[in-house]
Amino acid sequence: MTVVFVIVLVMLVGAGLLTLVRLLRGPETLDRIVALDVFVILIVAGASVYVAFFQDGSNIPLIAAVALVGFVGSATASRLAERRRRHR
Amino acid sequence: MITDVVSAVLMLAGALSCLLGALGLVRLPSLLSRLQAATKPQTLGLFLVLAGTALRVDLKSAATLLLVGLFQVITAPVISQIVGRSVHRSGGVRPEVLVVDELAEERPQDRPS
Repeated sequence: MTVVFVIVLVMLVGAGLLTLVRLLRGPETLDRIVALDVFVILIVAGASVYVAFFQDGSNIPLIAAVALVGFVGSATASRLAERRRRHR
Repeated sequence: MITDVVSAVLMLAGALSCLLGALGLVRLPSLLSRLQAATKPQTLGLFLVLAGTALRVDLKSAATLLLVGLFQVITAPVISQIVGRSVHRSGGVRPEVLVVDELAEERPQDRPS
C-alpha cells in the first residue's frame, strides 16, 4: 500500500516541477498567477495524500484553508495584474 | 481490502490527471489554452485524490474532504473566467485567433489592439 502513496507523491512532485517551469518561464504575470494556483491545488492534493497515509483527519482544516486562500489569492492577483497592465 | 484497492486506483488516477494537467500547462502555446490545462485536469485530479482519501478516513472527515473537492470544482471556472477576462483586457489575446469576440462587442474599449 505504501508503494501507491510513493507513486502518487512522485507524480505530484513531478507536476509541481512542471508547474515550477511555467512559473519561472511564464512570459506575463498572469501565467505566474495561473501556475501559483496550480501549486495550491497540488499542495491540497499532497496534504490529502498525507491524510490518507496516516488515516487521521486531524489536518483536514488545513486542506480546506489552503483551498480557500488559494482561490481568493489568485482571484485578486489576476485583477491586480490586469489593472497594472492597462495603465502602462 | 476492497476499499484499499479502490482508493489506490482513485488516487493514482488523480495524481496522473494532475501530472497531465501540469504537462499541458508547460506545453500549451497561449495563456488561454494554458488556462484549460490549469483548471480542468487539476480539478479532476484533486477530486479523485480527495475521493480516494475519503475512503480511508472516518465519515466526518470524509464529508469535509468532499466539501473541499466540491469547493474546488466550483471555484475553478470562476478563476479561469477572471484570469481569462484579465488576459483579454490586457491585450493578451491575438485577434486573428478568435472567430467571434463577444467580450469586445459588449465593451468596445476592451477591443484587443
